[in-house]
Amino acid sequence: MPKLKLEDLAEVREKARKATSLREGAARVKMTVHMGTCGIAAGARKIVEAALREVEQGDLRDVMVTTSGCAGLCSREPMATVEVVGEAPVKYVDLTEAKVKAIFKEHILGGKIVEQYALAIGSERAY
Amino acid sequence: MPHRMHLMVCAGTGCVANRSPEVRDALVTEIAKRGLENEIQVVTTGCNGFCGAGPLMVVQPDGIFYQQLSPKDVPHLVEEHFLKGRPVQKLMYVPPETRTPLPKMMDIPFFSRQRLIALRNRGLIDPERIEEYIARDGYAALAKALSQMTPQQILEEVKISGLRGRGGAGFPTGAKWEHVLKAEGEPKYVICNGDEGDPGAFMDRSIVESDPHSVIEGMLIGARAIGARWGVVYIRNEYPLAVQRLMIALEQAREYGLLGDNILDTGFDFDISVSRGAGAFVCGEATALVSAVEGRPGEPRARPPRLAQHGLWGKPTCLNNVETWADVPPIINNGGAWYAQIGTEKSKGTKVFSLVGKINNTGLVEVPMGITLREIIYDIGGGVPGGKKFKAVQTGGPSGGCIPNELIDLPIDFESLAEAGSMMGSGGMVIMDEDTCMVDVARYFLAFTQDESCGKCAPCREGTQLMLDILTRITDGHGTMEDLDALEEVAKVVAETSLCGLGTSAPNPVLTTMRYFRDEYLAHIGAHKCPAHVCRQLNTYRIDPAICVERGHGCGVCRRECPEKAIFGEKNQAHRVDATLCNKCGTCVDVCHFNAVIVE
Repeated sequence: MPKLKLEDLAEVREKARKATSLREGAARVKMTVHMGTCGIAAGARKIVEAALREVEQGDLRDVMVTTSGCAGLCSREPMATVEVVGEAPVKYVDLTEAKVKAIFKEHILGGKIVEQYALAIGSERAY
Repeated sequence: MPHRMHLMVCAGTGCVANRSPEVRDALVTEIAKRGLENEIQVVTTGCNGFCGAGPLMVVQPDGIFYQQLSPKDVPHLVEEHFLKGRPVQKLMYVPPETRTPLPKMMDIPFFSRQRLIALRNRGLIDPERIEEYIARDGYAALAKALSQMTPQQILEEVKISGLRGRGGAGFPTGAKWEHVLKAEGEPKYVICNGDEGDPGAFMDRSIVESDPHSVIEGMLIGARAIGARWGVVYIRNEYPLAVQRLMIALEQAREYGLLGDNILDTGFDFDISVSRGAGAFVCGEATALVSAVEGRPGEPRARPPRLAQHGLWGKPTCLNNVETWADVPPIINNGGAWYAQIGTEKSKGTKVFSLVGKINNTGLVEVPMGITLREIIYDIGGGVPGGKKFKAVQTGGPSGGCIPNELIDLPIDFESLAEAGSMMGSGGMVIMDEDTCMVDVARYFLAFTQDESCGKCAPCREGTQLMLDILTRITDGHGTMEDLDALEEVAKVVAETSLCGLGTSAPNPVLTTMRYFRDEYLAHIGAHKCPAHVCRQLNTYRIDPAICVERGHGCGVCRRECPEKAIFGEKNQAHRVDATLCNKCGTCVDVCHFNAVIVE
């Protein structure tokens, strides 16, 4: 490791932040891939990997990819819910890696819901 | 591929003792078995503070908090939560009052009521990786201090912040630095006092374990302000994990050019060596510490001259405690005025307390100055376990005082604690419930300070022994009213005439318990009774015949276990204690399953 100079410090910081920003818990977009037994059987793991690849390639530090249980519509798995802060969550169904790419491009980055892949906007009411 | 989940496994000493490394290993194995190793990162962090509930883990980015983990929980946890996204309720914290699990760390009052400055990185970084410290603005304050500020400006910011020494005496840090800056003599030294000796206090250990770079950066900034080239961290050797992480941190800082010659290419030179203490309580006293660093017996000397004029190797020396140094970088980053808006008029900022004793949430808490004892004990600490009544809190370590229930709304700052006869000290808080005998507490702490007295000055050497003798007499039931007067007189003389802080503060437990719990002393002396039934020589034991027969059917356990054969009785019949044979050991109370033995 070469000795740092004043101007190098910021660079090290930026690099290290990429690896640790997840711990801050603050994200603009949260994508939840539903990973019940049904989801996993339908290929949800590939969907998670595809989403994480998008995050990496686009260096999207404000996008959080997480998993959750079965969303209740097992026949339409793999499913994912995309939540942009301040907007209603959108449920996407019958996902493929190509569809994930499109969702990232148009919805997460472009701000426009990909209606042909979406099941519904909003979530059920809890309690 | 970036990770989607970070598992922050606590590896502070408390959690390590509860086998958190085994939990971590089990996680790594299970995650690999499920093929999740590219998605989930396992990070070992320093102490999270909630030591009573360890081993702990926080799952980010969701902030889910798991407690009391064991390796056997891991397979289920990995499958349910980390694969399928269903957090596992039975591993979550359940507050005693509601019985509903609280999934999120920030919903748990123990965490949400705290404000972290000295502990800002706890649980968020791996203390053995300097990059993670840098990611959280680490060494940014140093860069600012070296490139945009003069030493005088650094000093001004620290003065404006109102920061006072976190080690005990509460001396204004800025003023101390100024004394050293103005003192004549070269070279000048900075020292970090990591000789945390108070029983039950572990804030300094925790800071060094969870965030060693914060201390190093603080010392670098202090060294720049006063013009020092060398620093020493004095840390006790009983803190092996802290020593190890400090060594790693120093080495990494040197590799990055943050210690050594020409730091950050600014022409500033500074390096730190580590001096390990052998664990003498008196070495936490500044002059004794310096003596120990020089390789001489750890004994204090008379002041003046102060360390600022005549410190390490006779040169101007700036000595601050671990927590004080860790507070410096945020002050430089955010400005002294930012720090000064937290806390009270004379006590600024936050303070770390270790909460131990009869308290539900044992651990480490950082709170703004001025918070009341009630908020710490009930809101953060979760109150006294087992439905017992709160009796007193001892603040400031073994030589602090005991503050009674009547003063529970006392705001915690340097002045109000001193007024109540106690002190801030390094921030130990020992909670006591109704089952605690205050005379016995005073005797216990005196036994500690008497043992740790270095013996250099007569008042401390002889006075602590004298006080201990009197207190032992009282707890044995042989005390007289004259003893009480003598105790008070000796306590005052020791406090006034001792050479160093150990002696001047050692009488605090005696004086405060006599002030707030005089009735307990009188009960021991006059009625030969210990109201809390702690001093066994003053107890009498008898067996309730009804309970013994109806519930216990005269089981006879007490009769068999009594070492003096002082209990008589037949199966299915009431047993009784022969007071003339009883040696008051209390074994019968401990062994009776039916609570039939009554202590009076």
